[in-house]
Amino acid sequence: MLKELKPALLVLALMTVLTGVAYPLLVTGIAQGLFPDQANGSLIEQDGKLVGSALVGQPFADPKHFWSRPSATGPVPYNAGASSGSNLGPLNPALEEAVKARIDALKATDPTNTAPIPVDLVTASGSGLDPHISPAAARWQAPRIARLRGLSEADVARLIDDHTEGRQLGLLGEPRVNVLTLNLALDRLAKS
Amino acid sequence: MTANGYMQLGLYLIALIGLAWPLGVYMARVYRDELPGFVRWLKPVENLFYRVCGVKPGDDMPWTRYAFAMIAFNLMGFLAVYALQRFQVWLPLNPEGLAAVTPDSSFNTAVSFATNTNWQGYGGETTMSYLTQMLGLSVQNFLSAATGMAVVVALMRGFTRKEAGGVGNFWVDMVRSTLYILLPLSIILSLALVTQGVVQSFSPYQKAQLVESVSYEQAKTGANGEPVVDAQGQPVMEQVAVAEQTIAVGPAASQIAIKQLGTNGGGFFNVNSAHPLENPTPLANFLELLAILIIPAALCFTFGRFVGDMRQGGAILAAMTVVFTALLGVTAVAEQSGNPLFERLGLVTEASDMQAGGNMEGKETRFGIANSALWAIATTAASNGSVNSMHDSYTPLGGMVPMWLMQLGEVIYGGVGSGLYGMLVFALIGVFVAGLMIGRTPEYLGKKIEAFEVKMAAVAILVPPLVVLVGAALAVSLDVGRAGIFNPGAHGFSEVLYALSSAGNNNGSAFGGLSANTPFYNTLLGFAMLLARYWVMIPVLAIAGALAAKKIVPASAGTLPTHTPLFVLLLIGTVVVVGALTFVPALALGPVVEHLQMISVK
Repeated sequence: MLKELKPALLVLALMTVLTGVAYPLLVTGIAQGLFPDQANGSLIEQDGKLVGSALVGQPFADPKHFWSRPSATGPVPYNAGASSGSNLGPLNPALEEAVKARIDALKATDPTNTAPIPVDLVTASGSGLDPHISPAAARWQAPRIARLRGLSEADVARLIDDHTEGRQLGLLGEPRVNVLTLNLALDRLAKS
Repeated sequence: MTANGYMQLGLYLIALIGLAWPLGVYMARVYRDELPGFVRWLKPVENLFYRVCGVKPGDDMPWTRYAFAMIAFNLMGFLAVYALQRFQVWLPLNPEGLAAVTPDSSFNTAVSFATNTNWQGYGGETTMSYLTQMLGLSVQNFLSAATGMAVVVALMRGFTRKEAGGVGNFWVDMVRSTLYILLPLSIILSLALVTQGVVQSFSPYQKAQLVESVSYEQAKTGANGEPVVDAQGQPVMEQVAVAEQTIAVGPAASQIAIKQLGTNGGGFFNVNSAHPLENPTPLANFLELLAILIIPAALCFTFGRFVGDMRQGGAILAAMTVVFTALLGVTAVAEQSGNPLFERLGLVTEASDMQAGGNMEGKETRFGIANSALWAIATTAASNGSVNSMHDSYTPLGGMVPMWLMQLGEVIYGGVGSGLYGMLVFALIGVFVAGLMIGRTPEYLGKKIEAFEVKMAAVAILVPPLVVLVGAALAVSLDVGRAGIFNPGAHGFSEVLYALSSAGNNNGSAFGGLSANTPFYNTLLGFAMLLARYWVMIPVLAIAGALAAKKIVPASAGTLPTHTPLFVLLLIGTVVVVGALTFVPALALGPVVEHLQMISVK
């Protein structure tokens, strides 16, 4: 039986070379050659500076920006060096407190808005890095953005539409709005 | 859910079965050395393996030798992963300078990846160097999967061989599984994922300028490194401003492809497939979902080919699909109905084309309810521990179903190899029970099922529940076990039961709130994974050996046909009754109590 130890060691060594070195290097080579943007994190540069990734959300607390979904990463929200969900159970009193506080904060930014808030805007995402909010959550914030930035609601709605991704291939996933690219576009608009 | 949600679920099942068929037929040809032309050029590589490693591919191993080779191979894998973690700080490809992993965590992770569990007590981007991820974890993703596939092929040979002494050659089955099946599929999938935005690079983590800087409070430390306290003895807090976002990257796509195809599930990043750089788009999600179940489903067709009757594989697949669809429905409806708390607080929770609604705590916008529920069910039906939403935040019933799927022994498609051999063990029990009812010696596929096989099947079916229930009881009885619980009340018990169900069935999925990276949980769960893996595999190989040695008896009027809807029902009944009888009391204390509490709040 002990004679199986030699092939065990040698097969592991060869397999490590094949699946642990050759395979990732081959995939990296092809990926960097053909799809460098995606392979490096879909990074966004603006004025020569790296301002984020189109796939990774950022925290927004200024009422003049669209707000992202709540994030449970520590020590700051949207820490893309240490992703994390809240892991709060449905009956955990901390969940109720957190959701209530978020509702209050949103309402405080726009006291005249009496529309009910979409659930995704006040619940923490799984990754803590969700780059998206639902179109409903973006529209709920539109009146505030229009008022604070002196834009018409139609302009804001058009901007939201520009940054809304539909279901992929018309079928897969959910429609969603990229908050970072939307806010960058808002800021560019303000500068021009 | 909207009509679109149901369409997405239906499309998935159709694509899964449609693609599994040709793959299963191809796999049967690989294992019988009837390679199709488009992979024959790899044959010299296969032969090189045998020459270098001193393997005689014609050596037919008795089941004991087959089992020993398998264990020796997994032991080497375990040692390699353990050593890489302990020494990573001195090894190359560690741009973040991550420290050596603690001994208990290294033990747990090494067991976890060698046993195809991929339970993760650690957070990937903050713990493992690129080298450890590649040479340790990625390699075991391939090899632990190939090990499971080899064992099921040995069992298939048991059914087809007549009065034979051996069940095949472990090295040949393992090398072929990797070279012709796992590796080509992984290359295709990883590149497809890169096009969707999954990262694949060796750069250090990126630093981006935040649009809005944020700050947090931390305890101030003095020049001597001690916390500064004020006159009342309270720690003095200071504001720390953060203007940059650190974006973790790495060679993720290549690892994610095999983590799904091999039903491993260990994430490159802490939040696994919820992470937007691991699973960026709905299409990436769809492809990864297909990858999770395709080999387990395909193996049913491989089985049909092996035994020379596709209807036999079809019956097994039908039983799996019926249970899968029913349980998927429960979780999807529970998550869409959501948490009554959200309605009480006046939020909009109805699904529409504007939002997914439902219980969105712990879920990603791009996946919504349908794709989160589908992922939770597919991964726990298989032995894939990945998550694209946080199961700890599911509604009680929505989270109970994934837990129960693991407790069933992961035979609903199940892990690569392990799902089908687990289901075939249930089939043996099923024909045994039916044989008792009609008073005849049970037979399956022309093999008489006698005392030895039934005893071995009983061991394989009873060891995992024993590990789960005893382990969970131990953890909640001890202070060190209760200390890890995050959520209060019945949900806290569910966290522990979920962890043991996951480790005790080699899944790897978690209710993430549980602090399991402690010496207690690392050790308990490590041993649970070892027992659950090998005390199923060894009895299965024993059954394979015993069956191979038997004659094949021709079917007679008294033979129970095993390709009919009646047999499908019998098989479903066996799986469900064993799973329900064993686990209903424990589930009643966790998710059931929590559900009753949830609906009683006014």
